[in-house]
Amino acid sequence: MQLWLIPLLPLAGFAVNGLLGRRMSKTAINAVAVGSVLLSFLWVLKTLSALGVFGGGNPLEQAYTEHYYTWIQSGMLNIGVDFAIDRLTAVMLMIVTGVGFLIHVYSVGYMAHEGGYHRFFAYLNLFMFFMLVLVLAANFLLLFVGWEGVGLCSYLLIGFYFTEKFATDAGNKAFIVNRIGDFGFSLAVFLIVMHFGSLDFATVFGKVQGMPVESSAGWITAIAFLLFVGAVGKSAQIPLYVWLPDAMAGPTPVSALIHAATMVTAGVYMVTRSSSIFLHAHGALEVVAIIGLATAFFSATVGLAQTDIKKVYAYSTVSQLGYMFLGLGTGAFSAGIFHVMTHAFFKALLFLGAGSVIHAMSGEQDLRKMGGLRKYTPITFWTLLCASVAIAGVPPFSGYHSKDAILASAYEYAPWMYWVGVFTAGMTAFYVFRAFFLAFFGEPRWKAGHDDHGHGHGAPHESPPSMWIPLAVLAVLSLIGGYINIPRWLEPMFKLPEEAPGIPWTALVSVAAGLIGIALAAWFYLIAPAIPEQLARSFSTPYRWIYNKYFVDEFYDSVVVEPVVDGSRSLLWRVVDVGAIDGIVNGTGKIVRNVGGILKRMQSGSIRSYAAWVVLGSILVIVAITMAGGAR
Amino acid sequence: MTLLDAVLFLPLIGFLLLLLIPKNNPGLSRMAALVISLVIFVISLGLASAFSGSAPDGFAFVHDSEWISSPPIRYHVGIDGLSLWLVLLTTLLTPISVLASWKHIDHRVKEFFAFLILLEFGLIGVFVSLDLFLFYVFWEVGLVPMYFLIGIWGHERRIYAAVKFFIYTFAGSVLMLAAIIFLYDRTGTFDYSQIQSQLQSGRLALSSQAEMLLFLAFFIAFAIKVPLFPLHTWLPDAHVEAPTAGSIMLASVMLKMGTYGLVRFCLPLFPNAAHRSAHWVMALAVIGILYGALVALVQPNMKKLVAYSSVSHLGFVVLGVFSFTQQGLDGAVYQMLSHGISTGALFLLVGYLYERRHSLEISAYGGVVTPAPNLAIVFLIATLASIGLPMLNNFVGEYLVLQGASYASFPATVFAAVGVILSACYMLWLYQRTFYGKASESLSHHMPDLSGREWAAILPLLLLMLWMGSYTQTFMPAISAQNARILDQSKLRLAQSPPSPSAVREVANAR
Repeated sequence: MQLWLIPLLPLAGFAVNGLLGRRMSKTAINAVAVGSVLLSFLWVLKTLSALGVFGGGNPLEQAYTEHYYTWIQSGMLNIGVDFAIDRLTAVMLMIVTGVGFLIHVYSVGYMAHEGGYHRFFAYLNLFMFFMLVLVLAANFLLLFVGWEGVGLCSYLLIGFYFTEKFATDAGNKAFIVNRIGDFGFSLAVFLIVMHFGSLDFATVFGKVQGMPVESSAGWITAIAFLLFVGAVGKSAQIPLYVWLPDAMAGPTPVSALIHAATMVTAGVYMVTRSSSIFLHAHGALEVVAIIGLATAFFSATVGLAQTDIKKVYAYSTVSQLGYMFLGLGTGAFSAGIFHVMTHAFFKALLFLGAGSVIHAMSGEQDLRKMGGLRKYTPITFWTLLCASVAIAGVPPFSGYHSKDAILASAYEYAPWMYWVGVFTAGMTAFYVFRAFFLAFFGEPRWKAGHDDHGHGHGAPHESPPSMWIPLAVLAVLSLIGGYINIPRWLEPMFKLPEEAPGIPWTALVSVAAGLIGIALAAWFYLIAPAIPEQLARSFSTPYRWIYNKYFVDEFYDSVVVEPVVDGSRSLLWRVVDVGAIDGIVNGTGKIVRNVGGILKRMQSGSIRSYAAWVVLGSILVIVAITMAGGAR
Repeated sequence: MTLLDAVLFLPLIGFLLLLLIPKNNPGLSRMAALVISLVIFVISLGLASAFSGSAPDGFAFVHDSEWISSPPIRYHVGIDGLSLWLVLLTTLLTPISVLASWKHIDHRVKEFFAFLILLEFGLIGVFVSLDLFLFYVFWEVGLVPMYFLIGIWGHERRIYAAVKFFIYTFAGSVLMLAAIIFLYDRTGTFDYSQIQSQLQSGRLALSSQAEMLLFLAFFIAFAIKVPLFPLHTWLPDAHVEAPTAGSIMLASVMLKMGTYGLVRFCLPLFPNAAHRSAHWVMALAVIGILYGALVALVQPNMKKLVAYSSVSHLGFVVLGVFSFTQQGLDGAVYQMLSHGISTGALFLLVGYLYERRHSLEISAYGGVVTPAPNLAIVFLIATLASIGLPMLNNFVGEYLVLQGASYASFPATVFAAVGVILSACYMLWLYQRTFYGKASESLSHHMPDLSGREWAAILPLLLLMLWMGSYTQTFMPAISAQNARILDQSKLRLAQSPPSPSAVREVANAR
């Protein structure tokens, strides 16, 4: 079936653009970058149809695996470069290559005037390679290859504007915070090998099936928990979410592809992939649910007050990822993946739309300086509206279906979780429409004419076709994507909950919450624009806290980063290394020199006498050893 | 005469040839050194292609003849899966070091290259000697040229660094010499294989105290060389003061003399003592991993940063060795080679930067990526290899070491894995401060991109990073087979001479 072609095509694109791109025309770079991803997408389609996915019957009940070569072999441990495809991977492949392709097309227009054109597309293709390895991997270590690889590309693309310190700082932060998560992941890998003797998904999950469910925390719980630590890093959950908002320093298509649609959902994918481990560790599953819910709630509150359009969407991403984990934690794995898909559609669209707005505003990202853009960028306006209603959970659009599935599961698990989730859904609708209204309605708060870059665009302008066509496609998907019945497709892997007839009241309540959120946003930002300021003034303390993101970054800096750096510098290096250890060494040297002054007479200059001294010294040592009990 | 004899003695011949070149022709010295080292490298490739570890003890290309009749010191050399790749690492990095010194070294050129080739002789000798006395001789032979490389061609504080390096190492090796002589006294031979067979047959039985003292004598000599915390303080000074080639050979190959010695001698010859010491050695290794990384984090000097990172990386090697597991040992040996490649590359690249800007202070840089994008990309790849990105070389070793150590002590593994986080911190921070940002005017003017010669030196290392990271089967089978033997030997004796109950408990704790 040549599964390897799927990731290798973008890798080839990376190699061509990376090695030769500097001397290639933009058209050629586009052809290589976009073409390789398109071919990869087509190869996914061909593979899936060859596996019977688009026909009837029950395709892919069993995973289809291809073994290429042994990567690492040591003792009983054998780790292969193996790819496998099952129903879960099929979904992820479609999302990654499909949305990935659209974002590549969009980038052609968006990046047209940027420097480092070939570099950008090389990194983007490299990202596609690693992301596809991640979802195709048939064992934990190969998954880790993709896992770290996408992290690398994320690092490179966040720091794409490398002359800006905040961008490279954000890149470092993303990599290092992810490494903290990977620390947990790697410990999980060690434990898996210790207890299962293998890292192959088939072996590990097969063995775990026959084991009893852990009622109290045991080593399966430990493995599940540590895997989740990895997911917390990659998918930006509390307490490791801090890198994702900063990651918006990268170009906007990167935010859409990597930091919204695909890479950040890798944690959700990995936990879902390991569902059989998690289902044997209820304690860990509960942690997943609670962390997910807490993240969904708290980052939504932060989203309420952000003024940078990309920051609003970034916190929204963190919040939506929290929803996904809430789904997984309450046992609705298929609902979580369902939300991964719909979120990929509408959040990619939100970011690309934001990019289109930023493009129209010649680089301005501050919502307070937008307004009235509806007339100037009608396509962006309509497509962003589609995305906004989708994420707000308005039926029958895509977000409604997946979010409802998650909330229903949360209600089954614990009603209070459902209610927090509903409240969060209301906030989600509010902040998304707040951004929408601020950007497109009201009086223009910008000045036509020059911008900082000296383009002198005049009035904001609609984006070129290469940008709005992907927007339009994603808009359609955001509207109707909810009818792609992912939970049914994944049913052989995860049992569907029994469906209540008709529309359950839980769905009605969450829809109502969404509508109330939209209505409030409309009231605050369309009808009575003075209200938000009054609210901010009368609730100044809570407002200051959410505006400053609860001061979490400052907290981490002062509690973790600074003590480590200062301690290393002033204690370990200056005191221990230079002071204590070298002090002893040099002190010994000084003593020896003084003694040496006395023993100078021994230095006759004759090699023979030196040899005699060496022999004498050695004998002394031997005698010492013998006296110390060396002889029997 | 075997192929191995040729690979061993060609550097000595090359050294003598270099001495014959007239002093006033530095160009010829350079070219001669390059040709000689390349020829040796090409010939040494034959070792890999013809290598077979099928002999019972795993050694190939064995040459065993008398050197000195009384005391019976033998010229006994051979290579196994452990030493094969270390020899190749040496022969590969020597021509790269020659290229690295091409322009950088401009006074006493002939002597410099002569010492470099002599160093190669000593290093290969260390890895192939199967006679303890011969091993000791080569151990010291390697020390002398490095002393001069640092002391003559180094930076400002070169004398201090060279003397510190020499005395540190020498202090350890004197202990080792005493232990070797003691062993000779008890066995009547210096021969590694004979001592081993005497141990195995029970003809040589050491009291546990004697074994521990002998183990410690060897161990301290090797630990200084590794260097293991807290015996590491010679390394940062030596690196900072050494010329680029010296740093490359020191970090890539010389440090491996220590780890090689641990695997070759400490484990098979003194298995009980090694097992009993495992817990505190692993503790020191983990401390070294974290300590080296934390101190690297705050270094203002690039070479010092990379030097302390070596302390951290080599801690992984020691941790793997003393985990007494197949994965730990395989990972340790793989990590030795990987560290040789990636840290060699980093020192080479730091050398490139130094030649352009004449400073090792990180603060003197910033924005290098704009004037020198190729240099930046190459440095990035070396950085990523160093921080253990999967599919690059270091990941394999680090993963196997930690996996192996997890059987022996999970807490140790947890702490060591924190070192993996820290490595990303110090390396990425270094990279950011050096390469990102806006380039100053003066920096841009003195920062040409990579020249052809520089490409030639770095490219083999880059390819090896990828190769060793993504396809380990070229290297691993030979390593793994020999490690299995070494583990067997150290376990076998453990079963034969049951240690005291307290020792059993200690071993159980350590494992």
